[in-house]
Amino acid sequence: MDRYYFDHNATTPVAPEVLRAMEPCFTGVYGNASSIHWFGQQARMLLEQARRQVAGLLGARPQEIVFTGGGTEANNLAILGAVRSSTRAPRHVVTTTTEHPCVLDACRALEREGVDVTLVRVGADGLVSPGDIRAALRPETVLVSVMCANNETGVIQPIREIAAMAREAGALVHTDGVQATGKIPIDVRDLGVDLYSLSAHKIYGPKGAGALYIRRGVKLSPIVFGGHQERDRRPGTENVSGAVGLGAAADLARRTLAAESERLAALRDRLERALIERAGEAGVNGAGAPRVPNTTNIHFDYLEGESLVIALDLAGMAVSTGAACSSGSVEPSHVLTAMGMRPERARASIRFSLGRQTTAEQVDALVAAVGESVVRLRELSPCLPR
Amino acid sequence: MPAPVIAVAMSGGVDSSAVAGMLHRNGQPIIGLTMQLWNQRRLPELVPEGAVSGRCCSLDDVYDARRVAEHLGVPYYVVNFEDRFESQVVAPFVQDYLAGRTPIPCTLCNNFLKFDQFLDMARRIGAEWIATGHYARVERDPASGRYLLRRGVDESKDQSYFLWGLTQEQLARTLFPLGELRKTEVRRLAAELGLPVAGKDESQEICFVPNGDYASFVEAYLADRGEPAPVAAGEIVSEDGQVLGEHAGIHRFTVGQRKGLGIAARQPLYVLAIEPAGNRVVVGSDQALLRRSFSAREVNWIAFEGLGQPVRAEVKLRHRFAPAAATVRPAADAARVEVEFDVPQRAITPGQAAVFYQGNLVLGGAWIE
Repeated sequence: MDRYYFDHNATTPVAPEVLRAMEPCFTGVYGNASSIHWFGQQARMLLEQARRQVAGLLGARPQEIVFTGGGTEANNLAILGAVRSSTRAPRHVVTTTTEHPCVLDACRALEREGVDVTLVRVGADGLVSPGDIRAALRPETVLVSVMCANNETGVIQPIREIAAMAREAGALVHTDGVQATGKIPIDVRDLGVDLYSLSAHKIYGPKGAGALYIRRGVKLSPIVFGGHQERDRRPGTENVSGAVGLGAAADLARRTLAAESERLAALRDRLERALIERAGEAGVNGAGAPRVPNTTNIHFDYLEGESLVIALDLAGMAVSTGAACSSGSVEPSHVLTAMGMRPERARASIRFSLGRQTTAEQVDALVAAVGESVVRLRELSPCLPR
Repeated sequence: MPAPVIAVAMSGGVDSSAVAGMLHRNGQPIIGLTMQLWNQRRLPELVPEGAVSGRCCSLDDVYDARRVAEHLGVPYYVVNFEDRFESQVVAPFVQDYLAGRTPIPCTLCNNFLKFDQFLDMARRIGAEWIATGHYARVERDPASGRYLLRRGVDESKDQSYFLWGLTQEQLARTLFPLGELRKTEVRRLAAELGLPVAGKDESQEICFVPNGDYASFVEAYLADRGEPAPVAAGEIVSEDGQVLGEHAGIHRFTVGQRKGLGIAARQPLYVLAIEPAGNRVVVGSDQALLRRSFSAREVNWIAFEGLGQPVRAEVKLRHRFAPAAATVRPAADAARVEVEFDVPQRAITPGQAAVFYQGNLVLGGAWIE
């Protein structure tokens, strides 16, 4: 059976050029990047080259890039680090209801430390209104954290407008760029953000590697302790292979982004049109908002997403009901319910996320498989009106 | 035409793993599914320190089930049924204790989860049959066309007591491959098949109460839901209404219970009845526990469509009780029956099931009132 992968927002395969770039780190270049000797210097050289590559993708200076153990850690470092380093009292944070759990849970951790957190709601299209962010700002607001693109729906938030307001109000601005990186052009200076998180494995790099852009001059406390690596921001022996993989992936993204996003947008639109026509009683979640080109999230009314995911997997098609981390959880997607969707429709929603190896033939095969499964599932559905 | 696909309910234990192994060895296409029914982290105070396995839905059990599926090389998924499990099994379990009954969650789980939602899920993903590790047998009676339920061959493991609620539609799609085997054979088979769980211990009877302390579970669950705690103190009285002592909540008692009454008496005292209205526990002698008849509700007949005439049966009152000869009579309401034993029986307990047998054949069952 041919197996096709439509879950690139969960993770991506390591690109061949990324793997080639990482290879020396597992053989000759094994030094500790903080060592004085030649071996260490070789590793340092690769590490700093990777830093330049990541900076290059974001329009940042290399000194503004801190390598982390992934997107979750980058988000935690940004939020906990920025707020904990603030000497203001009281302290207030603004974020939104559709953030990734690693942002929401970091904010909850801050609440337990006495920080006040405001969760700004999104509209039915998944967009947060800059006016609502402005209304949530207070003199004591330390940080505004709004994701760049949503992992489940692909909806792109108006970060530039939000950042301008927040900075005017004297707050730092963080954006979780894990799902935007490599999919839409990003320039951190143009966006006007102070902190930007990204992850390697969403852009054809290795798992366990990520980075945080920290605008020069921004104060940030570390969240782990024990060394001076990464300018005291992220102690621990540098993960050279991971950073090199991230660097190579960033470089690849920079070079291919324009053409690839155009190709994926065309495939995604073809998929959306065909699925909705074929399945009927279906619609795109977040349709009215700008979205990253590879993602579509579709509700198939009167069926239950978990069984569709399994049925499709048995047919060789990998899709998901939402975030990989929340699959198998009983709650309907917090992102979709935050958009005002009723739980049954949220549970009947599937995310399709395309990537480098996705072809038109694969998309057509997916449409056929979904069409077949949807018919059977609806026949057996207890909730279909008859 | 390809062989029909069978969905195997895999708990991570030896029995269901052996089922998957057997069917796979026979060349049947199978899909392994583990039902995630209850989140053990929800009431962490009830999890005994160091206890990790042998509890339902623990991460270890899912790990074991997945390992068996990997070993066999069959598709495997965890499906989340926590919502329905809570509404159809856990909440009624708690309500039963609060109402002075002693529930059997396994039967509710069979009726509403394993042979209902699980069967639906199996069909949705393309499996027309389900197989479980129950020790029981199902067969089609060629004369009547009905699907019959029989005890498992291994009497010490027989689980037919929990399966009396199955409908004909459910039985028609169900396989119990272990019904013809003894537990020792199942273990041997698991070892022969090289299943990674062959030496694993038995699981608990009530999977979601990790420490076996039902009363604490009832209290912790209500607290977690933000519902009022059970009425605590009440009277323990004799049959003639004499107050003998105090109890700390009727949910701590079951009919026939002797321990934990906290009353010094010349002869041993047993719980005879639990009265939720007066919040009282009635106690008395062993002799007073004996009753000859009872009525039961929500009867389900398996061996025949309905009961027209009284029928002789051996009636089992609890999973571990020996069956006793009785006459089962239809009531005016077809959903009810009246049961009269030949010899009075001990501890007929509201909330438990009465299951009617003729030899190894399960005629049907009903809830004791």
